[in-house]
Amino acid sequence: MPSPAIELRGVTKRFATPKGGIYTAIRDLTMEVAPGEFCAVVGPTGCGKSTTLALISGLERASAGEVVVSTQPVHAIPEGIGYVFQGDAVFPWKTVLDNVAAGPRYHGVSNRDASKQAKEWIARVGLAGFEDRYPHQLSGGMRKRVGLAQSLINNPRILLMDEPFSALDVQTRTLMENELLSLWAATSASVVFVTHDLEEAIALADRVVVLTAGPGTVKGTFSVDLPRPRNVVEIRFQPRFAQIYEAIWSQLRDEVLVSYERQKHAAAV
Amino acid sequence: MSVRSTLPPSSLDLKSPHPNPPPEGEANRAAGSIDAELSARRAAAARRHRLQVYALRLAFAVVWLGSWELTTRLNWVDPFFVGQPSGVVSRLWTWITEGTALGPLWLQAAVTMEEAVLGFLVGAALGVVFGIVLGRIRLLAEVLSPFIKAANAIPRVVLGSLFAIMFGLSVWGKASTAVVLVFFVVFFNAFQGVREVDRNLIANARILGADNRRLTTEIIIPSAMSWILASLHISFGLAIVGAVVGELFGATAGLGQLIYNAGHTFDVDGVFAGMFVLAVLALIAEGVITAIENRLIKWRPKQLSGEIPI
Repeated sequence: MPSPAIELRGVTKRFATPKGGIYTAIRDLTMEVAPGEFCAVVGPTGCGKSTTLALISGLERASAGEVVVSTQPVHAIPEGIGYVFQGDAVFPWKTVLDNVAAGPRYHGVSNRDASKQAKEWIARVGLAGFEDRYPHQLSGGMRKRVGLAQSLINNPRILLMDEPFSALDVQTRTLMENELLSLWAATSASVVFVTHDLEEAIALADRVVVLTAGPGTVKGTFSVDLPRPRNVVEIRFQPRFAQIYEAIWSQLRDEVLVSYERQKHAAAV
Repeated sequence: MSVRSTLPPSSLDLKSPHPNPPPEGEANRAAGSIDAELSARRAAAARRHRLQVYALRLAFAVVWLGSWELTTRLNWVDPFFVGQPSGVVSRLWTWITEGTALGPLWLQAAVTMEEAVLGFLVGAALGVVFGIVLGRIRLLAEVLSPFIKAANAIPRVVLGSLFAIMFGLSVWGKASTAVVLVFFVVFFNAFQGVREVDRNLIANARILGADNRRLTTEIIIPSAMSWILASLHISFGLAIVGAVVGELFGATAGLGQLIYNAGHTFDVDGVFAGMFVLAVLALIAEGVITAIENRLIKWRPKQLSGEIPI
């Protein structure tokens, strides 16, 4: 069996709060992602989903435990990582072309080759003709495409996605989900896809990891044995989809309730 | 200054991958003609509004200058103390045709502008560099912050007397005063601009492989540029203040010196005429800065039309 692409072993992450306290975002979290696997992470609000990605990407250091990416312990940002952020993270002062070409340029590729690669990727995400536009001239869905191309052009072995489509309307969202699946199928990248939307998680992933209400730790792991290639809309009509949904929801529900009660309590204090 | 969108929102849809089919049939044709009529009517209304604004501006100037002229003509107010528009105009005319007591008018303007522009360039450059360096290096900012705050609290125009001693009558005597006035405004804006850079953008650039140098030049500086450019608008006015105040502490030429002389000879019209020339120069400089700004940050969404161009 090949060694996992990502391993988290007993990872804990604490933050200092502005009031001088300690906030534990995730506690003793252990999970693995196999090479080429599409892994979705679901959990209630504030369960440390985004923190998990920040740890894998090397943007944050674990307070305890070990994060291993491609058999190397993570101390800085590992090679071959792509990250699609929840909010807009494309650079507003760069054109679409320069945004997408940024990665290769940072890696020392000549301007001409970087532009050539960027044009290919822009076409691949369906934005041909928009190379000279600035992000503010694009719709939210189009900006997300730019973000996808920006990450994928670096040929990441590991793609981290933090609720990438949560700000999009439902139609754009399913469109983007299908496009993500076809783009991913052409690569051999492992994906960690964080979402609070269980339907999205099942439609996209090979495996769904459920986290507990914060501090987050793994509550359960579920294989999604639905056939590929998938259409994220049509797959929801399959009986197997409903079975998987039911199995995961029975675990997730309790955590969502815990998180909800806590928020109500916090609001009342 | 007014920033009018050069790209009407509708033109964005022209190249969209799924354009609407061209209008067909009676209903669509009717809708098209209604659209055309509406947009024509809106253009006419906008034109009327613009004319109205210009007319009211003219009326305001006429009432203001007219009442000034009238009250001094009728000797309700003594023109010796408040001057007179016609006197200011004739003084300007004399300056232009015969030159001032200090020499030709253009020379006085050139001297003051040289001091202001030098002070502005040096002060802005120092402000940007220090702002970015301190914004990036947290420890340095923490160590230096009380000193900077103290320096900022000093009424810095009094340093003009010091610079007059240090640099004598040279251009740097005045330009230095402009430098210290400009520096702090630009510095604080650049510093704040660096601190306000979106964390997501920094994280994204780092993930994409940007090193520290790239991060500074490609993310931090462009992002702080809006803040810096905003401060340049204010600080050119301050550079002129610095140059004029510097001239009061010792100069042989310049508009500040001209105004100072006029004041000392009880020539109120001369003071106003000097102020008028300064205002014209400041407005021209403002126009130049706005043009540069529009070139530098063409990536920023244009403000919606209908904003008040002040």
